[in-house]
Amino acid sequence: MQLWQNIPLFLIVCPLMCAVVCSVLKGKAARGVMAALSALVCVGMGLVLFFSARMGESYAYPMGAIGAPYGNELRVGITEGIVGLAFSLVIFLSVLGGWRKLKADVPENKIHLYAAMVCLLTSAMSAMTFTNDLFTSYVFIEISTIAACALISATNKGRTLYGAARYMLMNLLGSGLFLLGVSMLYCLTGHLLFPQIEEHVKMLLSSRQYLTPLSLSFVLMTLGIAIKSALYPFHTWLPNAYASTTVASSALLSSLISKMYIFLLIKIFFRSAGAQLFAEGIGDFLFMFAVVGIVMGSVDAIREHHLSRMVAYSSVAQIGYIFLGISLGTEAGMAAALFHILAHSAAKSMLFLASGKLREVSEKGDGFRNVRGAGFRAPLAGAAFAVGACSLIGVPLLGGFASKIFLAQAGIELGGWRMAVVLGALAVSTVLNVIYMLRTTLTLYRPSGRQEMVKSPLRKDVCFTVAILALIALNVFLGVAGGQVMEWIHRGIALFV
Amino acid sequence: MKTKKNDPFQHLKDWIENGDSALEVEMQDELDDTESQPLPKEPAGPQKKLFVLDKKNVLKRLNIWYAVAAFAVCLALIGVLVYAAAQLPKFGGADTLVDSEVTAFYVENTMEETGAVNIVTGIILDYRGFDTLGESHVLFIAVCTVLLLLSIHGEKDEEQKLKADAYDRHFEPHHDEVLQCCARLLTPLVLIFGLYIIANGHLSPGGGFSGGAILGAGLILYQNAFGYKKTERFFTFRTFKLVSLCALLFYSLAKGYHFFTGANHIPNGISAGHVGNILSAGLLLPLNFVVGCVVACTMYALYTMFRRGEF
Repeated sequence: MQLWQNIPLFLIVCPLMCAVVCSVLKGKAARGVMAALSALVCVGMGLVLFFSARMGESYAYPMGAIGAPYGNELRVGITEGIVGLAFSLVIFLSVLGGWRKLKADVPENKIHLYAAMVCLLTSAMSAMTFTNDLFTSYVFIEISTIAACALISATNKGRTLYGAARYMLMNLLGSGLFLLGVSMLYCLTGHLLFPQIEEHVKMLLSSRQYLTPLSLSFVLMTLGIAIKSALYPFHTWLPNAYASTTVASSALLSSLISKMYIFLLIKIFFRSAGAQLFAEGIGDFLFMFAVVGIVMGSVDAIREHHLSRMVAYSSVAQIGYIFLGISLGTEAGMAAALFHILAHSAAKSMLFLASGKLREVSEKGDGFRNVRGAGFRAPLAGAAFAVGACSLIGVPLLGGFASKIFLAQAGIELGGWRMAVVLGALAVSTVLNVIYMLRTTLTLYRPSGRQEMVKSPLRKDVCFTVAILALIALNVFLGVAGGQVMEWIHRGIALFV
Repeated sequence: MKTKKNDPFQHLKDWIENGDSALEVEMQDELDDTESQPLPKEPAGPQKKLFVLDKKNVLKRLNIWYAVAAFAVCLALIGVLVYAAAQLPKFGGADTLVDSEVTAFYVENTMEETGAVNIVTGIILDYRGFDTLGESHVLFIAVCTVLLLLSIHGEKDEEQKLKADAYDRHFEPHHDEVLQCCARLLTPLVLIFGLYIIANGHLSPGGGFSGGAILGAGLILYQNAFGYKKTERFFTFRTFKLVSLCALLFYSLAKGYHFFTGANHIPNGISAGHVGNILSAGLLLPLNFVVGCVVACTMYALYTMFRRGEF
């Protein structure tokens, strides 16, 4: 085994150790460790992607002397590299962009614990990206759930605590359902690693034995992950959790945590023969949920009158897109879903960072009435919001446009009634997106006549400026080089399954 | 808002009746209260009241349906799960379809390869050590979250500390002879038993998680009987941080070394030793101790955090 192939191991273990160290450090040092770690993880993920692309095939990394099927195992390839790199970049930029606000929002004597949580979240992200084992995924789901809850409640205000409590209840329900599904699948196959599970599920499917518990286990896992990633009817925990906490947390939550679970779901479907079960009907259910979510999430966003809550509701619609891609059950659909994970992560973290800044320069919170003209008071944040909004609407040259194209292509490739529904949903939701995103952007640039009243505290916030510029660049890159990225994803998927 | 209420469940009732917005308004009010601002009183004309009453009635009726629907969904879920569970292959049956390759491997090889007589310990700390590494950090993250929410350590607000102390005095028994006598008798026994379970984790049922829980219970018992002052002589916040830090760092380092050497096929220089001895099974014994420390500290920390918010 070559030396670089050990990098994923370090990407999981080092953040764990950093988290433990952070928990005993003083606030300032802990924050330093957190930032350094998230930058390092970016570099590590980049190296993994580079080397695995050069090697041109994926490899399994046994965790211990005895590998599969008796011990744990990681699996590393191009897809994992791309997703991991995107996630780690988002972590780094979110932390960087929310740096100033973090100091203000989280009490000084608690900030080292916040840093520890971010480190643990990083570790869970790497582990869930690379793991090839169903139960390991569950363990790290657990870690990321609790970490997310802590990140939400770190600001310790009435409304945030309420949001965090709701988040906790719904997400524990999701974890519980997922665990039930895993244990049922283990009962049937006797394995926890994806390749072995796939083998046995195929066997069971061909012999038509235990069909009910088998499909139920996949349904339970899907349901659990749908709840945890806020697919439409299970999204009620989302707005309060995302909108009320500190900026760095909401950027992390919206663009990272739900997406990690979805990547896991993709693994479950395409690595453990879930896709074949899918063809027997579960897929259609998910498809319907996704379509309803795309429309209803946007409708909810239109009805909202607060900036960050509106951005949170638009996440519901975007999650719908990702599930739509997965539920098509084809390779093109999965690639489109993966691309949308990247595009949405980049756009949503930027939108949250920007809306946090816009709220900061406006008096009395972020109701639409208050943020009027905020685009003039915080020019960079306003520009970033406009770019993010355009990306979500699907303006060409931005990430959202490319992902909508790919989704439409995947739908057309499939043909039949699904094609009609996919295209219809995309069209309807684009119109709805325009309604709420454009209205908000116009509000931001509507002169309120009191630009002079609030001086922008933005000028010296170097971290925020750097993070926002990087995110804008990332969005444009995803839009311009969408085809190139997609080619990489396709190469990865060929090795992934 | 209406006048101030004394009913502690009023929040909940309001929330059930009026949805989220009511609770948020309520919370905002509470925040305002702490800043000692007078509540703006709304004029409650007869017409308006009638309207509120009407709306409430409608919502109440909806609410009943909501409860019925929730109940029905629960029942349906239970039914489906029971039905599916009944169709699962029988546990431990000879004719089950389940491929028992992995289980057979564990039963045959665990003792030889890891040196653990207790196969479960061999599995969770060796073959599936990665999962357990995650699990022990789940404990750590739980205690960190509780600290984040409840700790008043390093709080600048002296008043809050005094308040917490005053509140805590309800729970602090002063020289309860019976309790102290029992604790004096039991604590050493409990602690020794906990250590025994940890040390024999690789030989008999038990291990770090169960032994650590017993250790933690012993600490809590002692604390309950003798109060903070005596406990602080040997267990403070510093001790907690130091023990957790060392234990978890050792765990990560040891497992990291183990994974690294294992994956790269480098001999790791850890031998299983003589199977059946206390000092055997390579890394398993120290790992069990480390897990035990983490669990004990976590238990005690959770107890103190929920009680006073400080060690």
